[in-house]
Amino acid sequence: MKALGVILLFSFGALMVYASLGLPAHGDASAPHHRDVSVTGSPGAAAYYIRNAYRDAKTINMVTVTLGDYRGIDTLGETVVVFTAGMACYLILRRKKG
Amino acid sequence: MIQPSKSLIVAVVSRTMIPYLQVFALYVIFHGHYGPGGGFQGGAMLAASLILGRMALGGERAEAQFRSVWGSPLGAFGALVFATVGLVAVFFGGEYLNYSYLPLPLDDLALVRSYGILFIEIGVALALTGTLVAIFDDLVEGHEEYD
Repeated sequence: MKALGVILLFSFGALMVYASLGLPAHGDASAPHHRDVSVTGSPGAAAYYIRNAYRDAKTINMVTVTLGDYRGIDTLGETVVVFTAGMACYLILRRKKG
Repeated sequence: MIQPSKSLIVAVVSRTMIPYLQVFALYVIFHGHYGPGGGFQGGAMLAASLILGRMALGGERAEAQFRSVWGSPLGAFGALVFATVGLVAVFFGGEYLNYSYLPLPLDDLALVRSYGILFIEIGVALALTGTLVAIFDDLVEGHEEYD
């Protein structure tokens, strides 16, 4: 049973490494997620963010604009996740004395 | 309650480091607009400085610095700040989290968005600080229960 687990672990690891070989190179401008127009013909989000982040929010760091403004609800979700983790620890670990 | 560290070096070094860590954490939070940084990173650093105080200086002095009952309420308050900024935008006629509609006395709507991002970053930082310190305190308290 233990040997099976190890074999499964390594085969999934090999699968992950094999899949990562198909990823586009870092900073490849022709990669699908960096194109102005996506494969389905809709405008790409990344190019819009890079061009308009400063115009829209007067903030130099476009990562912050993407995180806090364009993707604000996602960040709200992340904050709630952290808070939920804290609440789970509170409920599981903290016990009233006596 | 954690006992203070018996090592003089640990006590002196952490006592010296904690204020600088906290100032740097604030810098990281507010520098998020201009470079690497932001609410998550700064909040985690602020929590790390408080946890360092708890581990090195002992529970009694750490309680004076940041009481353990404040952790969870501060975390909830931070998440609430974030959600409230979104609701204020709805109240003034925009979409949820559309910072252009925040009622700030500025002509430039892009600048209003910038301040909106700052508000939510502060909310994120408070949520992170409170929650991480609360998790540490919960772990310590649970540990005492089984001593």
